[in-house]
Amino acid sequence: MQYHWNWSILVAQPYVGWLLDGVTWTLLVAGAAWIIALAIGCTIGVLSTLPGRTARLVATAYVDVFRNIPLLLQLFLWYFVLPELLPGAFGLWIKRDMPMPEYWFSVAGIGCFTAARIAEQVRAGIEAVGTGQRMAAAAMGLTVAQAYRYILLPLAARNVLPPLTSEALNIIKNSSLALTIGVLELTGQSRQIEASTFQGIEALTAATAIYVLLTLGVIAAMRALERRVAIPGTLGRG
Amino acid sequence: MRQLEWSALVHALPFLWQGLQTSFVLVALAMAGGIALGTMIAVVRLSAPRPVAVLAAGYVNGLRSIPLIMVIFWFYLLVPLFIGRPVGAFTSALIAFTLFEAAYYSEIMRAGIGGISGGQMAAALAVGMSRMQAYRYVILPQALRRMAPVLLTQSIALFQDSSLVYVIGLHDFMTSVGIVANREARLVEFYLFAALVYFAICHAASRLVKRLSRRMATA
Repeated sequence: MQYHWNWSILVAQPYVGWLLDGVTWTLLVAGAAWIIALAIGCTIGVLSTLPGRTARLVATAYVDVFRNIPLLLQLFLWYFVLPELLPGAFGLWIKRDMPMPEYWFSVAGIGCFTAARIAEQVRAGIEAVGTGQRMAAAAMGLTVAQAYRYILLPLAARNVLPPLTSEALNIIKNSSLALTIGVLELTGQSRQIEASTFQGIEALTAATAIYVLLTLGVIAAMRALERRVAIPGTLGRG
Repeated sequence: MRQLEWSALVHALPFLWQGLQTSFVLVALAMAGGIALGTMIAVVRLSAPRPVAVLAAGYVNGLRSIPLIMVIFWFYLLVPLFIGRPVGAFTSALIAFTLFEAAYYSEIMRAGIGGISGGQMAAALAVGMSRMQAYRYVILPQALRRMAPVLLTQSIALFQDSSLVYVIGLHDFMTSVGIVANREARLVEFYLFAALVYFAICHAASRLVKRLSRRMATA
């Protein structure tokens, strides 16, 4: 098959604008989903290490459900199924009047999916602190809440930073699934350019390069953060 | 909220079963190819001459920094251009998944090989094996066995990811569900059913993997 190269479309309007739009939406989806994922993920992760049985059951159920269903299907469940199942007026509002439902549902879907993975990292991070610290805290007379606040969480947070880096990278990559419910993020925009110019290779190359740049950016930022919070005298590189 | 209606689902079951079989075949082939290629990449990274090793590392890190959907689109576009004639969505998806997952499998195998004591390699070389033979008969069997649970967990992720072929319209389970759901205008029932199926398969598989790794830990 014959392919006609034309790299100049990448610097021509409107396609530059489309790509920039795409990056913006990728960052908006990934950023908002990241906030949700951190909030829910940390909560569920802490719950799964608490002494109580109910807390652990809730945490396990959450992680099981959100880890065992493909993200694509989860997005469809949020976008197509949830509004139908919500009671009358609220469901109707979502279907008719809610602004940008595809954006908010991708954020919710990707956020809750990533939360399950973060919860596992947080649990592992807290467990890695060791039972010795927990028992020492109890022996000092700290309540469970105080032990978490002053001993376990500050130490666990540092354990969790490296795996959180890869989750941050994952959430940027996974934000590309938002295109399946109609958010024109980076991947979606590159497809759009392909469809209207037939210059698929150029469009995909541009999007791929931008993803690689975003990845490198996140890695650099997380490394900087790790160095800032490293505890002097430990093996973490300070 | 409206009444749920399940009768359309029963009629669609044979069609959905076909989709599920396509998913399974795709995953099995991509898994076999991905583990084979991934193991080769891991060995290259650990013991090939430096320029080649750097190239392999670049392959792994490059693929791991772009979204899978992007890779699927790339191969959907490139494979026909390379071969010179249109190929089905299945072929291009299979190539995309194999090459993409190889990057992830190779990281697992690299960790597995790294966890085997250096004495094993030294002993194999000492009895006169070549480096390739040492990998083939001594190192890789141990690394594969040790990493089996992690490789299988990655394969469960691969099974979930295979639903992404939806974007190029390959009739796997996910796409089949989408087709019938839209045709029958029963999105709620069909997507809930699909969620149940994926959940059951992945949950059961990950329990099996957990049991396997417990058994290996005690053995």
